[in-house]
Amino acid sequence: MLSLKNVTVKYGAYAAVHEVNIKVEQGQIVVLLGANGAGKSTTFRAISGLSKPASGEILFEEKSISGISPDKIVQSGIVQCAEDRKLFPQMTVQENLVMGAYVQRKNKKKMKQTMDEVFELFPILYEKRNDQAGSMSGGQQQMLAIGRSLMSKPKLMLLDEPSIGLAPLIVEQMFESIQLINKEGTTILLAEQNANAALNIADKGYVYENGKIVVQGSSKELFSNEEVRKAYIGA
Amino acid sequence: MPKKFEKYIVIFFIVLAIIFPLITQNDYYIHIMTLAFIWSIAVYGLNLLAGYTGYLSLAHAGFFAIGAYAVGLLTVKIEMGFWVAFILAPIITAVIGFFIGIISLRTKEHYFAIYTLCVGYVIYLIIDKWDSLTEGVRGLMGIPAPANIGPISFTTPLSQYYLVLAILLLVIFIIYRIINSLVGRTFIAIRNSEPLALSLGISTIKNKLLSFVLSTFFAGLAGALYASFVRFLGPDIASTAITFDLLMYLIVGGIGTLFGPIVGTTLIVWISQNLQFLQDYRMLIFGPLLTILIIFAPRGIMGIIGDWKVKSSEKKRNKEAQKSQSELKKEA
Repeated sequence: MLSLKNVTVKYGAYAAVHEVNIKVEQGQIVVLLGANGAGKSTTFRAISGLSKPASGEILFEEKSISGISPDKIVQSGIVQCAEDRKLFPQMTVQENLVMGAYVQRKNKKKMKQTMDEVFELFPILYEKRNDQAGSMSGGQQQMLAIGRSLMSKPKLMLLDEPSIGLAPLIVEQMFESIQLINKEGTTILLAEQNANAALNIADKGYVYENGKIVVQGSSKELFSNEEVRKAYIGA
Repeated sequence: MPKKFEKYIVIFFIVLAIIFPLITQNDYYIHIMTLAFIWSIAVYGLNLLAGYTGYLSLAHAGFFAIGAYAVGLLTVKIEMGFWVAFILAPIITAVIGFFIGIISLRTKEHYFAIYTLCVGYVIYLIIDKWDSLTEGVRGLMGIPAPANIGPISFTTPLSQYYLVLAILLLVIFIIYRIINSLVGRTFIAIRNSEPLALSLGISTIKNKLLSFVLSTFFAGLAGALYASFVRFLGPDIASTAITFDLLMYLIVGGIGTLFGPIVGTTLIVWISQNLQFLQDYRMLIFGPLLTILIIFAPRGIMGIIGDWKVKSSEKKRNKEAQKSQSELKKEA
């Protein structure tokens, strides 16, 4: 469904991501592991069109999307749920969701239907639908950020560190919701530092170090990989 | 504060504006108020771009002048009918705005402000130096007053006041509809965070350009009214000093608020009228006042009222929550 071929992204002369190869099949959950600054977010920026790759190619459903503008990429079915759960804090929960459906704006009926689905997935959002987004707790804001991404009916969803800064119990719920979204038919590419929780729900993973992929394999393989265990799981 | 109450306040001010000339009966006051309303329309345009979209344009007086000179030149030099010229003026301004927008919106933040400041100055220079077209510093004279519509004539200060007031109310209504539509929310989304807007699939380039063009349209409309009201145009109306006046009105009233432009403009225009005797020393008062306002109330007068409203509704909600909790306890 999505494949990155030798993708390099540079900030000035510095290569934040160096010759990366990633493959995501339809229906999978794929996780990118790595420390802060390893290149996970930059990879996401390249896929969603916010950064232009210096070399290499990004294919989505067999078509090249490298260098296409971000709004066209969202229209083609890839949506990025940004890090630090960026919301429109002065807008209400419902208004945030409507903004998420921007590419579906001509189809009001479908938008309403999708919003009901989001409310079903995160009932707390329905309860708080008329509250200002900025007034909600961290976990709720993360749910809203994911819910808003779902509003565009994506085929592929990029989730950047959804567990960051959340209480363990909420993290567990979050990963359950992600699994549920995946079961409903959305392919998911996940960037995480919480390797344990992420590998539990993922099909396969890639481990980043200094902008390069150093280890890759199925979740099982990564779980049993000595280096990965030492560095990210701590057992 | 309940919604209904807010509605009554708005209706009160509209009624006040309508009966204002009957209260004063002083042509000079009516004249000042008409001018304040005209500036308000221009500030509404600036608010759409700087307040709601987050792009501070400092070429606004330039676009105001383009609208004014469009009416002036079309009626004086080509002897076109007034209303045709009046309708063409904001359209011409918006078309010029479109092309300037394409170029200037490639920049952001401070660079955008500085770039548009230069654009504004270039517009001023063109008006000032192109003698054969604009009459330069001598100024453009003999602009006709608005032509009669059927039996209604617009030659008296009173009728002009009502004409401007009607257009102002229409502008406020249009702005209200814009900011409460998806287009308006898109502008606000861009102001919040452009990368976030992009990642939702919003074409930021298209929407920023739309905001820019609409903003110049309202500036041109205000300029057209100014030309037909003052009936004499000099290059000074395009000067950067006017741009900063408009910006001051907007900041005092409340940037990014619906009623900020009209509140700020009428207030400052009135205050500066009453401080007329101080001449240029007025700025000694305005300078510090503006600095204090920006430090303590960056969103102006309407911003203070907005914050106060949010706080009081929170209090009310907390009270209700406490109430329902204590009721639950009682039941238990």
